[in-house]
Amino acid sequence: MRIFNFDEQLIPLDEWVQTAVDWLVLHYREYFQIIKVPVELSLEGLEWLFSSLPPFVVILIFGVIAWRYAGKRVTFFTVLTFLLIGYLGLWDYTMTTLAMVICSVVFCAVVGVPLGIMAGRSDRFEMYLRPCLDVMQTTPPFVYLVPVVMLFSIGTVSGVLATIVFALPPIIRLTSLGIRQVHPELIEAAIAFGATPWQVLRKVQFPLAMPSVMAGLNQTIMMALSMVVIAALIGAGGLGNPVVQGLNTLEIGLATIGGLSIVLLAMVLDRITQGIGQK
Amino acid sequence: MPQESKISIRNLYKIFGPHPKRARELLAQGLDKEAIFEKTETTIGVQDASFEIYAGEIFVIMGLSGSGKSTMVRMLNRLIEPSSGQVFIDDEDIISMNNDQLVKMRRKKMSMVFQSFALMPHLTVLQNAAFGLEMDGIDKATREARAMDALEQVGLDAWAASMPKELSGGMQQRVGLARGLAVDPDILLMDEAFSALDPLIRTEMQDELLKLQAKAKRTIVFISHDLDEAMRIGDRIAIMEGGRVVQVGTPEDILQNPADDYVRAFFRGVDPTNILSAGDIAIDSQVTIVITDGKNPRAGLQRLIKNDRDYAYVIDNNRIFKGIVSTDSLREMFDRDDQPHLVPNAYLHGVKSANTNDSLQDILPEVANNPWPLPILSDKGEYLGAVSKNLFLRTLHRTEQAEDEAATTEQL
Repeated sequence: MRIFNFDEQLIPLDEWVQTAVDWLVLHYREYFQIIKVPVELSLEGLEWLFSSLPPFVVILIFGVIAWRYAGKRVTFFTVLTFLLIGYLGLWDYTMTTLAMVICSVVFCAVVGVPLGIMAGRSDRFEMYLRPCLDVMQTTPPFVYLVPVVMLFSIGTVSGVLATIVFALPPIIRLTSLGIRQVHPELIEAAIAFGATPWQVLRKVQFPLAMPSVMAGLNQTIMMALSMVVIAALIGAGGLGNPVVQGLNTLEIGLATIGGLSIVLLAMVLDRITQGIGQK
Repeated sequence: MPQESKISIRNLYKIFGPHPKRARELLAQGLDKEAIFEKTETTIGVQDASFEIYAGEIFVIMGLSGSGKSTMVRMLNRLIEPSSGQVFIDDEDIISMNNDQLVKMRRKKMSMVFQSFALMPHLTVLQNAAFGLEMDGIDKATREARAMDALEQVGLDAWAASMPKELSGGMQQRVGLARGLAVDPDILLMDEAFSALDPLIRTEMQDELLKLQAKAKRTIVFISHDLDEAMRIGDRIAIMEGGRVVQVGTPEDILQNPADDYVRAFFRGVDPTNILSAGDIAIDSQVTIVITDGKNPRAGLQRLIKNDRDYAYVIDNNRIFKGIVSTDSLREMFDRDDQPHLVPNAYLHGVKSANTNDSLQDILPEVANNPWPLPILSDKGEYLGAVSKNLFLRTLHRTEQAEDEAATTEQL
């Protein structure tokens, strides 16, 4: 029977996608290049900042933030980590990675928090948004690396764009959750005292959702860091580079110090943002 | 007191659920809440409520859970949209208000106190008290001064900088009350405001509320499921059952003339001596002697004998109570010749009187310890009537009977 004849491809979805992407690249590449601009500008600024600052100042800045929000032990750990990374000879890579992570997290927050608030206040919006988030979270990054490269070409900016797609869902989900967890009687009380919907959001819902939003931000940072190696595959640079290079040339030592630095950096950023979240 | 209507509720309905139209039809056919829910999965929240709430009174809406009392109070500030009917506040129809007008009314005219306190956990006590003013866009200095003032009124000014979770339940509700008072509303809606507190604190808060009410007369709509609370603080009470308003009246009215078995059953276990006052039961059926006739005490004695009474109540031209004479004390006076034969010389000793507002509990010892009925006087000292042992017992008996009847119908 023809229905069960799987020898030939009945649905050439791959060709359709290929055609669609080719068509997009051919006709709309300029528009996608425009989307790139804000990311490109902020990323370049951050990279310039981190690479031109003396290492001593960078360590001082992170130390002070850790001291202020996360306590003595985290400060000690932070300073130690940065010193170790420096002594391992990975300082420049680390600064690139930091700039990428911070840049993608800022964009995730700017896009994700409003989306999360909207999803938290509207069941309908959440219903439509949810499958999109599922796709973003479950699609292996390798799958969308190719179209990203075709549309945005290789480099750090494309790496950041891919990272944004990958790291966006948790902050949306947790912001929505935080908004939904605010006790209905608090909202009722605010309305009874004459709060407008905007005031309810600004004075009650958002402040009370803040711990959850911060947890989302923390998760987004972690996800962004986990993209570092994958982004290096499309020439994004940073700490992913030694790992990828080590992989290609079977230099196990090089891959290890790259991986170790990523893990330590992730731990530092995690502890600091958790500290900020609890404040 | 002139009774000026503050809130006027007319034919108010609230129907929750998927088939409000069908529910309306069934309601018109005379089906009750349960039957309608079974047929249509639609709940009758409030059904055809019409009553007035007067300016400056504490109006208690009482009923068991599911009676629609919380729905009712939320329709007064439109936290819940009524299905049909009208609510007038100061002759303004709030149902037809648009959003802006509604927000303005909530900010200026009324505030609300919640059973669960509903304090903002991220704000200090002072910021919580200032919440309504903040919504109204009042500048920080002014609103904090006014919030502080409200906190002083409830005795919490020392806790202004604390967070709500550091306070006990009773104190948290004081903050809730201060938040309500800070906006200086005409109308205070209190939704089971004291129900979550333990009994001792609850009584304390009721007293606090009455004290505040004595200082500044607001219109308070108080929701409660606790009859003692309703009796204690309510000027008038509305009793709700299954979405209907069964009876509206003063506590005495309702206790003495319950509208139906439901209301009667509600009042079972209430001690009538706490609610009825001496004036409620006093009867002016005793022989009275006006003092100007006192020149002729024999006429008084004659009237006592003719009416088959032992005691006569002496009053002056303005009905001011003077004393009690008895057939024995008058006869004794006539037997003796050492003093003129005037009514005051025959007064009984140890006579006490009671004020019309005294409770039955207050007057019980006097009624029980003296052979004569206890004279009941107005605030000005006018004689209103007397309470005999017989009358006292009959009052108790009547309330008990009513309770028994209610108990029997309930068992059936």
